[in-house]
Amino acid sequence: MIEQSYIYGAIGGLIIGLAGAIYLLGNGRIMGASGIIGGLLDGSGRDTARDRVLFIVGLIATPWLALILSGTSSSTNITSDPVVLIPAGLLVGLGARLANGCTSGHGVCGISRLSLRGIAATGCYLVAGGVSVLLFKHILGVI
Amino acid sequence: MRGLISLTSGSLFGLGLLISGMVDTNRVQGWLDIFGDWDPTLAFVLGGAILPMAVAWRIAERRRMPLKGDAFPVRTEQKITADLAVGSMIFGAGWGLAGLCPGPSFAAISFGGWQGILFVVSMAVGMLLTVPAKRLSFWSHRGA
Repeated sequence: MIEQSYIYGAIGGLIIGLAGAIYLLGNGRIMGASGIIGGLLDGSGRDTARDRVLFIVGLIATPWLALILSGTSSSTNITSDPVVLIPAGLLVGLGARLANGCTSGHGVCGISRLSLRGIAATGCYLVAGGVSVLLFKHILGVI
Repeated sequence: MRGLISLTSGSLFGLGLLISGMVDTNRVQGWLDIFGDWDPTLAFVLGGAILPMAVAWRIAERRRMPLKGDAFPVRTEQKITADLAVGSMIFGAGWGLAGLCPGPSFAAISFGGWQGILFVVSMAVGMLLTVPAKRLSFWSHRGA
């Protein structure tokens, strides 16, 4: 039986891919969230700062508007434990910039281009993510 | 025009993340939890997202330049570097720990609450630490 979440997942995925396609064919850039944000922070993306800021504005404002307009409630189920949130954020930021991409850049944009680097990166973070959940959830029981 | 393209793309990205359920940290951790109650939703999201992107790459191959821009991104040297592998593993560890990656973490801010903001601020610090980390990078053989 196909769960409803799979259908929503596929529809949402198609919209994410469409967003990446517009960014690529319109601006000639790869839609990678960590690159768009990181380039603003370290100044390497100064030339395209306006594009980056507007992308982030859309990324934050649209889910917010969609939730209000649809009157639905949805939860991120995000943890309220700073001891989890802070190291997790540090690891995500450091790792994604070191690898020059995250789930959107290496995953969505890289795999669809059959990029060897994108595929290798995706393999690495999927395995590490699985090990991380195994360790912190099942062995240490902190999440 | 470039601004409008960026705004539209960011908006659709956020909408897609919301609809697909990828802003829900339980769903992401459920995907990574292969030894627990495994949730395959993320595979449908990734598969769905790759389809339009694959078409876009084919179109990009046939066109000389994007609508508003000088050139399409060039394919970098396809070398699996230590930075790529180690960085991805560090990223994956954090992704599993909180169930958030950079895109959804920004979308998560729109839900309110201090948790998303704390994560994004920590992520920004991590990103800035990359510059000194690359200089150290004891895992790679380049440099002294």
